[in-house]
Amino acid sequence: MKSNRIISYMEAVREGIDLCLEKYPSVFIIGPGVPDPKGVFGTTLNLVDKYGPGRVLDMPLSENGITGVCIGAALTGMRPIMVHQRMDFSLLAIDELINNAAKWHYMFGGWCEVPLVIRLIIGRGWGQGAQHSQNLQALYAHIPGLKVVMPTTPYDVKGLLISSIEDNNPIIFIEHRWLYNMCEHVPEAMYRVPIGKSKIVREGEDITIASTSYMTIESIKASRIIENLGISPEIVDIRTIKPLDTNLIIKSVKKTGRLLVIDSGWKSGGIAGEVIASVVEEAFDSFKSKPQRITLPDIPTPTSHSLTRHYYPTYVDIANKIATMAGMGTEKAELRKILKSKKYDTPSDIPHLSFTGPF
Amino acid sequence: MVEEKIVELYPEQEIRCPTHLSIGEEATAVGVCENLRQDDMVFGYHRSHAHYLAKGGNLKAFMAELYGKATGCSRGKGGSMHLIDISVNFLGTTPILGGTVPLAVGAALSSQMQGKDNIAVAFFGDAAAEEGIIHESLNFASLKKLPVLFVCENNLYSVQTPLSARQPEREIYLLGKAHAVDSYLADGYDALKVYEIAKKAVEKIRAGNGPIFLELLTYRWREHCGPNYDFELGYRNEVEFLKWKEKDPIKKLKEEMLEANILSNEEFEGMREEINREIEDAVSFAKDSPFPEKDELYSNVYSEQGHEK
Ligand SMILES: Cc1ncc(C[n+]2csc(CCOP(=O)(O)OP(=O)(O)O)c2C)c(N)n1
Repeated sequence: MKSNRIISYMEAVREGIDLCLEKYPSVFIIGPGVPDPKGVFGTTLNLVDKYGPGRVLDMPLSENGITGVCIGAALTGMRPIMVHQRMDFSLLAIDELINNAAKWHYMFGGWCEVPLVIRLIIGRGWGQGAQHSQNLQALYAHIPGLKVVMPTTPYDVKGLLISSIEDNNPIIFIEHRWLYNMCEHVPEAMYRVPIGKSKIVREGEDITIASTSYMTIESIKASRIIENLGISPEIVDIRTIKPLDTNLIIKSVKKTGRLLVIDSGWKSGGIAGEVIASVVEEAFDSFKSKPQRITLPDIPTPTSHSLTRHYYPTYVDIANKIATMAGMGTEKAELRKILKSKKYDTPSDIPHLSFTGPF
Repeated sequence: MVEEKIVELYPEQEIRCPTHLSIGEEATAVGVCENLRQDDMVFGYHRSHAHYLAKGGNLKAFMAELYGKATGCSRGKGGSMHLIDISVNFLGTTPILGGTVPLAVGAALSSQMQGKDNIAVAFFGDAAAEEGIIHESLNFASLKKLPVLFVCENNLYSVQTPLSARQPEREIYLLGKAHAVDSYLADGYDALKVYEIAKKAVEKIRAGNGPIFLELLTYRWREHCGPNYDFELGYRNEVEFLKWKEKDPIKKLKEEMLEANILSNEEFEGMREEINREIEDAVSFAKDSPFPEKDELYSNVYSEQGHEK
């Protein structure tokens, strides 16, 4: 049935691009492998057949230069979408992104606009290691003039992508690969999800969890376990980290009195610390316990799965942290028992059991 | 043979990292590295198993690294894409395109500043040649007449994208010429030809004549990343592959050696057996080695050492 159509995150991304290519002649998409048979993990598959190589472009491996080309095109009437299969590759283009894209509108007194979407794919696992798995959202969120979006669900990714393509600012659009196979109902029509708005994905009373991207999925898993022990977490999916919308989080903390922020990036100078600071500034008196964060430790990503097991936090760590923050006593033993049991022991370096590498 | 073994083992799911095989691209690595001394310094890229082994890198430590073991050449922190063996001056490989090329130039600068006569070599692919950093590196190396050999292994594809979709019709080695660097093109499927041209290049560089750029034409047999063939994807076809396979550089070298009477079939089989034994040993070593302990996660983030005062 049409109205119940279930599609994956990957398909939702593709559909968002497709609709914009169809609606706006000024939109084009460019990136290494965009028209190739794998189509950037499926997100650009077959678009070249529909719109031709003039609007669905492969590119030389020249990230900085081509980013500048996209900025130039954006300044003069086009709306480019650029994609990198790993966020790490965008590091070769940060000069153009930070010095030009982020500044052009302000630096010239608002005469020109840079309607540019940079899709950056992040991930974890399968020994991707130090240079293929970095979650650098905080780096971009630091830069005035850039907006940074991190959608978690298929519905949101489509709506936010369309909003981003229609926005007249440079947007860093971050997709987590472990979300690509998640499925839910996504309308076929063109719809928008506003940039700069967070969302409550689970209502609760006892503790506020604010999380980004894939970590929201881990948070939901943790809540399912912890609710059996009588604790009810409220989960806010942050969705846009720049500009950061703290309204919902503050409202929630006023209700729960506790805040746990979870981000897929590093701790120092990271998003989690930023969220906590912003909320504490506004709602200091509402806290019943000290705010906490779960992030990656300040360590480059190792490859061995024996090390990544301790590197990447999962719902197990989240559940334990919630238990501690909520002041659980004897129930903690119960929690440990649940976490040790049956299905909670998939390998930590793959998104699902049918995954066999190499990516 | 090492990589044929990896092809066999990868489906066991114990090698859990992105793995780019050099099968079909052996002659470039061997032909160049055979001319190097132990103190010559080599940097590679994501497809560098062959460079590591050709420079004399330790096979056991290599295999253990693929298995993510504590005994791996990068102690389980690097995987297939981050290989190192400083005992033979194989100074590291990374998968960020072009990333190590200026490092080789820097190593050459060290050599020059320290008055040594060792040289540096940068291996990189045809796609890496599209990065601006290649030009910046060539320009500086040329300007300072640094002892560095640039080796571009042109295998015609970047992942699934053909060269023709990324570069205009001009030979890559001409990029070197644009920076006033002596540049040559050679058949990377002919081990002896690679050896000859690299020999001349290395001698010239060592004699203080500045950098040289080699473009070597080659071809990858397997998929971009992983152990399988990928003809079903349709970006290249099996006919093309078979044409290159026909010219198999190892087969060619063997035939040339047989013909020249410097190798007999028995000797060849003997070598095969010996290598197989070495590989089996390395695999057992890797499998039997322990995983790094949790504490190892926290070590090496910063060096604890300082400069002597
Ligand atoms: C800066 C950067 N951009 C993109 C990539 C993604 N990527 C990984 S390997 C590869 C292909 C590189 O082709 P080439 O340099 O010719 O080497 P080959 O894989 O063919 O041996 C690409 C595009 C990357 N690793 N680094």
